[in-house]
Amino acid sequence: MIARLVAGVPTRALVLLGTLLIVFLAAPLFVGDYLLTVLILILYLAYTGQAWNIMMGFAGQLSLGHALYVGLGAYTAAALYVHYGLGPWIGLAVAVPVAALAGAFIGFLAFRFRVAGVYFAILTIAFAEFARVGFDHLAWTNASSGLFLPVAQYARNDLWHLRGHPVMFYYVLLVATVLAFVFCRALLTSRIGYFWLAIREDEEAARSAGIDTFHYKMVAVVISAAMTSFAGVIYAFYYNNLFPEQVFNISRSIDIILAPIIGGVGTLFGPILGCFLLEALAEGLRSLLEVFGIDVPGIKQVVFGAILLLVVVAVPDGVWPWLARKLNLTERRT
Amino acid sequence: MAGALRRGAGVPADIYLNVAVGGILTGLVYGLMALGLSVIFGVVRVVNFAHGEMMTMAMYIAITLFSALRLDPLVMLVPIAAALFAFGYVLQAGLINPFINRPEHSQFLLLIAVAMMLANGLLIVFGPNAQNVQVAYGFDSFQFGRLIIDATKAYAALAAIAVSVALFIFFRSTMLGTSIRACADNYTGALVVGLNVKRLYALTFGLGAACVGAAGPMLLLIFDVTPAAGPAYTLLAFVIVITGGLGSMPGALLGGVLIGFTEAMAGLLFTPSAKSMFAFAILVLVLLFRPQGIMGKRAA
Amino acid sequence: MTTLLSVDGVTKHFRGLLAVDKATFDVSEGEMFAVIGPNGAGKTTLFNMIAGVYVPDGGSISFAGERIEGLTPDKICRRGIARTFQIVRPFPALSVEDNVIVGSLLHRHDVDEARERARDLLRRLELYDKREQTASSLTLPDRKRMELARALATDPKLLLLDEVMAGLRPTEIDRIVAILRALNRETGLTVVLIEHVMRAVMALAGRILVLHHGAVIAHGKPDEVVRNPAVIDSYLGVEAIG
Repeated sequence: MIARLVAGVPTRALVLLGTLLIVFLAAPLFVGDYLLTVLILILYLAYTGQAWNIMMGFAGQLSLGHALYVGLGAYTAAALYVHYGLGPWIGLAVAVPVAALAGAFIGFLAFRFRVAGVYFAILTIAFAEFARVGFDHLAWTNASSGLFLPVAQYARNDLWHLRGHPVMFYYVLLVATVLAFVFCRALLTSRIGYFWLAIREDEEAARSAGIDTFHYKMVAVVISAAMTSFAGVIYAFYYNNLFPEQVFNISRSIDIILAPIIGGVGTLFGPILGCFLLEALAEGLRSLLEVFGIDVPGIKQVVFGAILLLVVVAVPDGVWPWLARKLNLTERRT
Repeated sequence: MAGALRRGAGVPADIYLNVAVGGILTGLVYGLMALGLSVIFGVVRVVNFAHGEMMTMAMYIAITLFSALRLDPLVMLVPIAAALFAFGYVLQAGLINPFINRPEHSQFLLLIAVAMMLANGLLIVFGPNAQNVQVAYGFDSFQFGRLIIDATKAYAALAAIAVSVALFIFFRSTMLGTSIRACADNYTGALVVGLNVKRLYALTFGLGAACVGAAGPMLLLIFDVTPAAGPAYTLLAFVIVITGGLGSMPGALLGGVLIGFTEAMAGLLFTPSAKSMFAFAILVLVLLFRPQGIMGKRAA
Repeated sequence: MTTLLSVDGVTKHFRGLLAVDKATFDVSEGEMFAVIGPNGAGKTTLFNMIAGVYVPDGGSISFAGERIEGLTPDKICRRGIARTFQIVRPFPALSVEDNVIVGSLLHRHDVDEARERARDLLRRLELYDKREQTASSLTLPDRKRMELARALATDPKLLLLDEVMAGLRPTEIDRIVAILRALNRETGLTVVLIEHVMRAVMALAGRILVLHHGAVIAHGKPDEVVRNPAVIDSYLGVEAIG
């Protein structure tokens, strides 16, 4: 099993991976509180990016409404905690099916009625917007006034209730990201991975080769949605407040796709590299502006937009494939 | 929601009529906005994700000019539309044309990038608070029997009709317009016949941008604007275009009227803030059951 | 010989244009069967109906005794009919080997097993050395052989080839003919091919069907069909007879 996971991967890449993992494991010991929050954000985006990547990079379906699954995960777990005192891990057990069902519903509608390409993307946007406006009126989650979780002291780290110091969230997300990475690799090298790539490349030809494309597209959507809902649960317990306007906002959906697109859709390293680049740049920019005493909200997004533009124009496959070629780290398969 | 309905039951019929008419008039302006998208999508086959942001930009230009020169937005219609035309032309010529052979996702993402930069650029320059214009006739209305129409909506709708008619004549009767329609029908055929398709694409995008350049000031008479208003308008434009039928100019206006009407009535019968949910519901239904829209042609 | 494929009175209209007009023929197990005719005769439409891309407006199609008309392409492939495309459709970003693995994974669940099967086929089709190249980097003849390998990887009982020889040089054509003959001989694979290249048709076909304006105008052994006046008039011309 492990043999298949690492088959075809150059040793240099494995060494790099190992080093990266060690760095991440040790990081909290060396970085300050602020940088820790940045790293948490990086891991959060790396995780959701990978989940999103399953739908887009593997199965070729562009989702621009992934904030829907984050929001469903966040609100389900948060509401259960606030109303019934149920811990986030129990909340997760409920959130995952909820998100999976939402994904299945959207997927069924889209694939059954042959809504594809940009129409599919618009459909996903519409559903996320629908949720945003819907939750703005949902009394059970306090509608637009926002749902607040009781905040505890940092003195104790309570893993069961996810109450505690950011470091706890850091490691939870790190474990999740690593597991997601391994999971995606396993999927990609398995039978379903091959079928997804075939569907992504040419759905008609895939069908002529006997692949039930409806079935496998649905699986991609459901897995992607389910994985993303976990990020939502973490989001809820980390920030401790949820507003439909923010959680389901289209900017959140775009945040999720930026890293994989810039890093490289369909690759394993792409989403992670993309996160690093974007956040590093954002932090660099922020520090630079701080020096001049400028604090401009929105400048980060303008820069991100410009980077997205540059990448789409100059390196459409993403930075990672380009970098991998330069460093001679490419493996045999996409 | 049931409570809201009960509230609605005691409302006199006049209110329904006035709200409905108001919705239809607003819908005509939406229709013009959607017309621009239909033209771009129908001809250049590019999903203009920045459509709403371009209109927001036009609205802010109108606000700036209003504060500086005290000129009515409707009067500024032509210059603002011209400015947006130039913007659209340059965008297509400089950013989209060179990459016309890339898969459609690429262009979509390109325009998302443009939208991000526009929306946040506006945020930086104008701040996050809602802004609007206070025109002299802002509280005037016309009365026809029991029908009361806001002056702002009336003028905006008339302007929308005027611009739409002008556009329609352009596409039907001028050489340039016919050439553009040829490109939409058959790209290779157009090339073979010697049409400079890239230049025509740029012109088309410019025209589509000019539509929102005109629709923006009109809408400003009716609604406030915030830098974050873009995406909602983009989505609305798509709902209208898809509902009314891609490639159909009357369809865009019809779709606009339909959405404007639905929005207004939903706002009255349920709660105002939930009105966009109906637009999305309509979008989903159309995408599933009649993807070519009300007036669209059956072929994809 | 048992009948494997049975096409009975199959008809297809496209908005007023009659593309296929009550086509009727049988293909026996282990046969090599060719469908020829001028362009626009309805050959590919006929294929597409067998392959599940189109639903016939009339008539029926049976495979191994079961009705298959109207089934989707993936179901048809799972039942044992594989096809190639007139304009080749590889999975461009995947390697040659991965392209074929996709096919062989249809009836195998183990990726390693599928890879072995894929490699066997690639060796047989003389593409083994290029197995790690990206499909989009291949020449046309190689792509055609790769698509053939991918179709064969699905373990079909019936192979539909749509103008697989088009654009190939005579040596290439002979290679593919030899490969198909060998497969037919060793595994009993039934082949139905649309072809314009008479060199290949005469070398391979046990029986020929001739279509013209959607209708069958001749049906039988190669020597008979080729001398049929109607066939000569509509398609072959007198010089074509060797």
